[in-house]
This record gives sequence, C-alpha cells and structure tokens, in this order.
Amino acid sequence: MVMHALDRKLLRDFFRLWAQVLAISMVLACGVAALLTSFGMYQALGDSRDAYYGRNRLADLWAPARRAPMSLLPEIAAIPGIRTAEARTEGMVMLDLPGREEVAVGQILSLPASGEPLLNLPILRSGRLPDPDAEAEVAVNEPFALANGYRPGDRFSANLNGARRELTITGTVLSPEFIYALGPGALMPDKEGFAVIWMPERAVQAAFDMSGAFNSVTIALYAGASEAEVIDRLDALLDPYGGTGAYGRDRQISDSFVSSEMDQLWTMTVVLPPIFFGVAAFLVNMVLGRIVALERSEIGLLKALGYSNTAIAMHYLMLAGLTAVVGILVGWGFGAWMAHGLATLYADFFNFPYLIFRGSWTVYAISGLIGLGSAAFGALRVALKAARLPPAVAMQPPAPPRFRRGLIDRIMARLRLSQPAMMILRNLVRWPIRAAASALGLSMAVAVLAAASFFDDALDKMLDTTFGLANRQDVVLMFTEDLPEISLDELRSLPGAMQIEGQLSEAVILRNGHLEKHTGIEARRPDSDLSRVVTDAGRVTAVAPGGLVLTERLAEQLGLAIGDPVEVEFLSGRRETVSLPLHATIPQYIGLGAYADFETLNAIRRQAPRVSVANVTIDEAHRAEFHRALNEMPALAGTAMLTDMLRSFKDTIQKNIDITATVYIVIAVLITVGVTYNGARIQLSERARELASLRILGFSRGEVSFILVGETMVLALLAQPFGWLAGMGIAWAFTQGVTSDLYEIPFVIVPSTFARASLIVLVTALVSALIVRRRIDRLDLVAVMKTRE
Amino acid sequence: MAPPVFRTENLTKVYDTGKVKVHALAGVDLELYEGELTVLLGPSGSGKSTLLNILGGLDTATSGRVWFRDLELTGMGDRQLTAYRRDHVGFVFQFYNLVASLTARENVQLVTDVSKHPMRPAEALALVGLEPRLDHFPAELSGGEQQRVAIARAIAKRPEVLLCDEPTGALDSKTGVQVLEALQRVNDELGTATVVITHNAMIRKMAHRVLRFQDGRISSVETNDTRLAPSEIEW
Repeated sequence: MVMHALDRKLLRDFFRLWAQVLAISMVLACGVAALLTSFGMYQALGDSRDAYYGRNRLADLWAPARRAPMSLLPEIAAIPGIRTAEARTEGMVMLDLPGREEVAVGQILSLPASGEPLLNLPILRSGRLPDPDAEAEVAVNEPFALANGYRPGDRFSANLNGARRELTITGTVLSPEFIYALGPGALMPDKEGFAVIWMPERAVQAAFDMSGAFNSVTIALYAGASEAEVIDRLDALLDPYGGTGAYGRDRQISDSFVSSEMDQLWTMTVVLPPIFFGVAAFLVNMVLGRIVALERSEIGLLKALGYSNTAIAMHYLMLAGLTAVVGILVGWGFGAWMAHGLATLYADFFNFPYLIFRGSWTVYAISGLIGLGSAAFGALRVALKAARLPPAVAMQPPAPPRFRRGLIDRIMARLRLSQPAMMILRNLVRWPIRAAASALGLSMAVAVLAAASFFDDALDKMLDTTFGLANRQDVVLMFTEDLPEISLDELRSLPGAMQIEGQLSEAVILRNGHLEKHTGIEARRPDSDLSRVVTDAGRVTAVAPGGLVLTERLAEQLGLAIGDPVEVEFLSGRRETVSLPLHATIPQYIGLGAYADFETLNAIRRQAPRVSVANVTIDEAHRAEFHRALNEMPALAGTAMLTDMLRSFKDTIQKNIDITATVYIVIAVLITVGVTYNGARIQLSERARELASLRILGFSRGEVSFILVGETMVLALLAQPFGWLAGMGIAWAFTQGVTSDLYEIPFVIVPSTFARASLIVLVTALVSALIVRRRIDRLDLVAVMKTRE
Repeated sequence: MAPPVFRTENLTKVYDTGKVKVHALAGVDLELYEGELTVLLGPSGSGKSTLLNILGGLDTATSGRVWFRDLELTGMGDRQLTAYRRDHVGFVFQFYNLVASLTARENVQLVTDVSKHPMRPAEALALVGLEPRLDHFPAELSGGEQQRVAIARAIAKRPEVLLCDEPTGALDSKTGVQVLEALQRVNDELGTATVVITHNAMIRKMAHRVLRFQDGRISSVETNDTRLAPSEIEW
C-alpha cells in the first residue's frame, strides 16, 4: 500500500518535532502512569479483598465478651439476620522466641474441634492444621514464620496464662482477618515480633480456663440484615457475660487499614492524574496552535488543492493523536513498573494470598482513552480553526499581532525598562491566556513537589507530637487484668527499668444524643512524665479532675463543643453510665483518644487506684536482662516496644517517602520541561525574525538570549506563589481524603518545602530555556530575513 | 471559437474592514476560453488576485455571478467549492507553497491522492523537466525548480483550468523563463485554459489575450496576433 502524501507529511512532522512531542508525551505519560498505578492498584486491592473475604468467609461482626457459656451460642444464632454464629476463645500471650532478645507477642485464636472454622477460614500455606486433640500444636501466620525462619516442625515457647509451654508449629496460614496484622499498641505490622497463633479449641480452653465457655463470637449476616439491629441484640445477650460491644468490619483493625489504604489510592486517583492530563492538553494546544500558525499557507494550499475541512482537521488531530500514543505507551510501561513496585511495597504491609489484577485491561483502556481524550481536547479547537481558515486568507501571511499601548506600557515607561525587558513584558501581555496557562502549568509542577514533600513535614510533626511529647516511654507493658497501682512497685525490680508509670485504660462508649463512638479512656497521674496529653500549642497539660479531654476528631464526630456533657458508658465491670463535661480538645494524630484524671476515673469505678498498663523507660545497657525478666512475668498480656517500633517505622516510612519524593521530582521536572521547553521553542519560532533583526542591528547573543530566557523565567517566577497555594490545596485534599479513625495527617508544610519545590522548578525551567537558547547561536540571519514568514 | 470556461457577470467583491469598504472588484464581466492563455496585468490592489481567487473557488463574490462552464460558483457552499477545486482547478502561487517536509514527488502526490484521473507524479514532473529531481526536498531545489514542482503539482490532476498568481514573481529571468516554458508546454499539450497574473508586462507577449486591471475593473483587453516564445522574453 502506498502511503498518502498527507500521511507522509504527518509522519515527517511528527519526527521533526520529536523534542516537543517527547516533552508533551512525557507529561501525558505521567498522567497515564499515575492513573494506572493508583486506580489500577485501587481496583486490584478492592478485587483481591472482596475475593479473599468471600472465599474465606470473613465475618461481618465480631463480639468479644469476658466469659460466656457455650449454651448461649444457640440463642445468639437465633437472632434474626444471623446466618452463622461461631464461638471461639482468644487470648494474648507473651512469646519467647529462640534467638530473639526481645519478648514477642502472640494473639491466640481457637480452632473448632471439627478442624476448620466456619468463618474467617485460614488458608494453609505450608504443613497442616494442628490435630484437634493435640495439646501443644499450633499453626502460625505465614509472615511471622517467614520473618523468623520457622518451618513446620519448629518450636517456640509461650507464656500461656502464667504457664510456660513449648509449642510445635504444624503449619503456616494466612487469614482474611489479618491482612494487616497489627500487634497491640503497634504503629505498623511487626512480622518478627507479633504472631497470630491458631490452636485447637480444647488446648486453648484448658490453657485459659475457659472449658465450656467462649470469649468471642464471630458472625455472618444474611444479605439485607440490619447490622445495627443485630449488634443491639447481641450486646443485650452478651452484656451479663462481660460483652464489650459487638462491632462490624468498620472497626476491625485489618479491614480498617485496607480500606484506609484504598481511600488514599482513590484520593491519589482523583487528585493527581487530572493535573497531568490538564497540562498535557494545554501543551498540545499551545504547540499545535503554533504549528497551524506556521502552516497557514500549507493549509491554504491543501484547501486550494481540494482537501476537505475534515481532512485538514484530521491531519492535525492525528498529530496530537500520535503524540498521545507515544505518551500512552510510555505511561503504560512506566505505570506497570510503578504498579509492580507498589504491589511489592504492599506485600510488606498487607498479607494477601493473591493479588487480582483482573480488571487490569480495563484500567489500561481507560487510561489510554483519557490520554487520547486530553490530547484531542487540547487539539480540537486548533484543528477546527485550521479547518475553518478560509483558503484565500490562509494563503496570505497573517497580519502582525496588534500591540496596544495600555496601562502596562505606562507602568513600563515609569520603570524605564530596557527595550528587551519591554519586549518580554509586552509579549506576555499580548498573549495573556497563553502566559497564564504556562504559569499555571509550572505552578502545578511546584504544587506537585510541595504536596509530595508535605508528607515528610507532616510525618515529622506527627512523630514529634506523638513520640517526642506525648509518649516518651520505651516500653508499654499491658496487663491481663487491671492491677492495684501498688503492684507497680514490683516492676521497679525489673533489671534495667528506670522510670515506671501506671495508666488506667477503660473501654467505653461515648455518647452525645444519638451520636456514639466506641473508644477507650486513658487516665494517668497528673505528674506523669512519660505518657502525657499535649495541647494544640505543643504544651503538656494535665487533665483537670471531673472532666474529659477528647481528640478534636472525636469531639467533632460526636458533635461536642467544650463544656458539653458527654455520656460515658463503661463496657467492663459494673457497666454504669456517667456524664462528664468536655473540658478541652487536643489534636492527636494517631487514634481517637479520650483522657480523664486518674483519681476521677478510679473514683467513678469506685475502686482503689488500679492500672491496666505500665509505661517504662529502660536502660539500654540492661536491655537483654529486661526482656528475659518479662518472659517470666505471669500477668502480662502484651508489650509494645515503642522505641524500637518508632525506629523501624521511621526507617520503613522514610524509605517509602524517599522513593515517592524521587518519583514526584521526576514528575515535576517533566512537567516543567514540557511547559518551558515548548514555550521557549514557540517563542523562538514566533520571534526568529525579530531576534535575527536585533542581531543584525548589533545586539549581542547574550542580549538577544535575555529576551528568550527572560520571558520563560518571568513566567516561572510568576508561577511560584500559585504553585505554593495549589500545593497547599493538594496537601489539604490529601489530609481530608486520608483522615480516618486510625490516624490523621496534620496539615503542616514548612517554608523550606516551598523553597525546595521552587528551586527545582526554577532550575529546570532555566535549563530548558537555555537548551532552546542555543538555537539563537545557530540562527542563520540572512536566511531568516529572506524567507517570508 | 471554443466555448467559454469561465463567465462572470457584474462580479463585485467588497472588503469591509470596519472603517472603510474596499472595492476589490467593482463589477467585472468577462469570458475566458478553453485552451486560452490569458495574462492579467495591473498594479497592486487592482483586483487581479481577488478575481483569480474567486474563479478558483478560494473566495466568494460579494455580488454578481460567475460560472465555470454550466456550473454556477456563486452561492456554492464550502463543501461544493472544495469539490470544485479538487476536480477542476490547478493553482500556482508566487511563493510556490510547497510542503517543506515532502519531496518533489510527494508534493505532487498530495494532488494525485485526491483526484480522479491524475497523471503519475513522475509524469507530471517530467512535463516540467524535473525527472532528475524527483526525490529532492524543497530545501534542496532552486527557486525555479520549486516553482516547476508547484506547476507539476497543479497540472498532475489534468485540471481544466490552471490559475497562476505571479508564478515568476520571486524568480530571476533565467529561471523565470524555465517556468514560463513549463506553463506554455502545459497549455499547448494539454489544452488547459491558463490564467497568469503578473506584474511583468513582458510576459504578456506570450499570451493569447491580455486583460488590464485598474481599480477593480478591466480597463482594456488586447489580443496578440503573434505570440512570443518564453525564450524570446527577457526582463
């Protein structure tokens, strides 16, 4: 097949304009890649989660209790709306792992005598499930086994309700309940130090003294059943047995984290790609507009030759289309690579048995179509304008652009600007929309950078407040039951323990009218030095007796203002309800905390001072002995190693932030190059005659270059404040999209973040403009003046 | 006498620039005939190019009527004018208007791609003496060669009329003569009615008829009994 001459022109133009095409394609590629990564991952995560939950029958409700008789189970199962109710026994245990200095924590779940549970079915990854009759056989979650190098047949010991037991691993499993396996008090999953342990029912009941009883029910509902109604009836049934309130998937830790990650991906999908597609559309519009201006006579000629308007419009649309195709292909490649990287990253945090990329071809199709669409959107007006050029007019050179004397000129006259400076400013004023759009594009580059670095700033603030001010203990020791405060004295003999402070925690429901929230109240002595309440201004404050201090988010969710009474229902012991006034609110970035005075809370509970948790600082030199001693402590349900946790959290997050920051710098550089390189090329093309004339008149290369580079840099400078504003907007949108009950990202950007973003964009803009500037050196003065425009 | 290819009746074109109305054509009546080579002479702004654009379907008249054979051009829409240009008219412009990114052959192919009974591009280029330069880009051709490519491009579709606006305007006399020879050869061999606008009064001597324009009107018509060959013309 012989290629049509017009198509050949198209291809040659395409290759001739490679640098500009490439600059646009790369911006478009960022959009496609961002969409592919965020939306693709959002879909993959959602699909995998749904499939996993469905196949392995994740429960709809969880109802913990203190100790309920097995005879209660049929009554629970008879609640209308419940399809399956399964009882089990759970408990926290301290683990002594061979070769590990620190104590580890395990969450024990009973396996029914029949073998596999009906709900929350674990997937066997290696070995077998424990024999229902065995006393010391367990299955453990796969990440824990892999992190510690355990295989079926390996053993470790656990402190089961005060008795030390050797346990044999028979198999490793994954469970839909523990996609995100977070230990007590942990910030992020600690694969080595937190185990989920499945043990036969009989052995668990024997160990925890729960024969004929259970302390947890998992429930599957019929489709259409009212979750709230079932929860009400469940709570009523379990209330006499120490029920602490049934909850749905929204309060299940693992699912909350998966959902929160999906929310973040969705926010990314909505915020980022539109920026790239918008900038790409503008660039296509700007470059194609110039090409059409340059090819006026060729368009006229084509029309004179009898080419139809449609053929001409298509010709230019195809040029944009080819550019889009390059961008889309690169974006697909780049996006697939990033999605792979993200999936690897997720594998670190989320334990899925499989990731389903089922919908992936639709994501490719959608991102491709949007890419083509944005190029077409940018090209359409220009292509139509080309098509509508009357042939006779198209054959004439365009009238010189009309410059008018206006306010700006009077200002410039006042400022006694040089002629080159006037040329720069007049040109900007002459094409205000183009100038504004270029500045907007550059401001987006600044915004993307500022918004990306914002995470670093926010994280610093988050960790400073949470650990530097509010929680300064090294270790949190959690007791199986509340202990008299006096028993803290025994802990003082722990080797290496320096400071020890007690804290009382109570599970409660806080209410204001019809609004309610499950949470915990913490109370400490007012002179506590380790765990403290920190106010807005970063000051440490004691909670005044007789009232509550709530996190701002919690108060907001409950619709409470300072001074309002809060109804507090205690979920343990005598389940009384009291009313306390809201004394103050504090910002708190992790969790939804509520705080009361130590004496006040004990008085309400009508008890001599008791503590649920001890906050401890340790002497690093005696670390090993400290941990060895913990292994021998009977009343310990768990530990949280705050200092270690913070260190590994910082390492992991810092690594991710570094990767993300690099990606965003690349993205910002591509946007900046796209806008400035194309802008300068167009300027040079429009002004070649002008600039050549100046050279003939005796201007030096430097003076002429100043005009070209100057205009680019004026635009880049103008873009900065808007970029800062837009960056704050994006960061704010992120904080809003990501905030959940689990955490809140503080909205802080430090000035150096803006400075760095501006510096990167300004330097990139300057380099791009200087690359184009080299063409001034090659300007053939005679030839430029001879040919007609 | 051969039947007229073009006929106009009181053809008027007014350019309205807002402040002033410019009468580019102020009532032109004329007939142009098959196989005829007509030269239009006149100062700038006398209406020659406007007439040529209207005859070629690039522009429309303000009032009056114009026919191509039995086809009335006045009142045609853009789509019909496009079809008319594609099927019947060849153009040659002062500034060649070659597409810089296409070779000589491909520039001609631009036309042969969209016409019904075209010549082969090589054949059209041979007619203007450019066989050896088929695969050169415009930037590699001299001005005269470029203009001859433009002529080859114009005649490759075997148009019934060839409209030339200052075809030698940008050329020196030697290359200009080559271009005129190509035009005359096309006119002789293909019998294409040819209209040539020029500022160069000497070129009139190769025409069958010469129309002089002044202020949007035809001021005089002269018929050459003996025509000069392009090689005998000098300027």
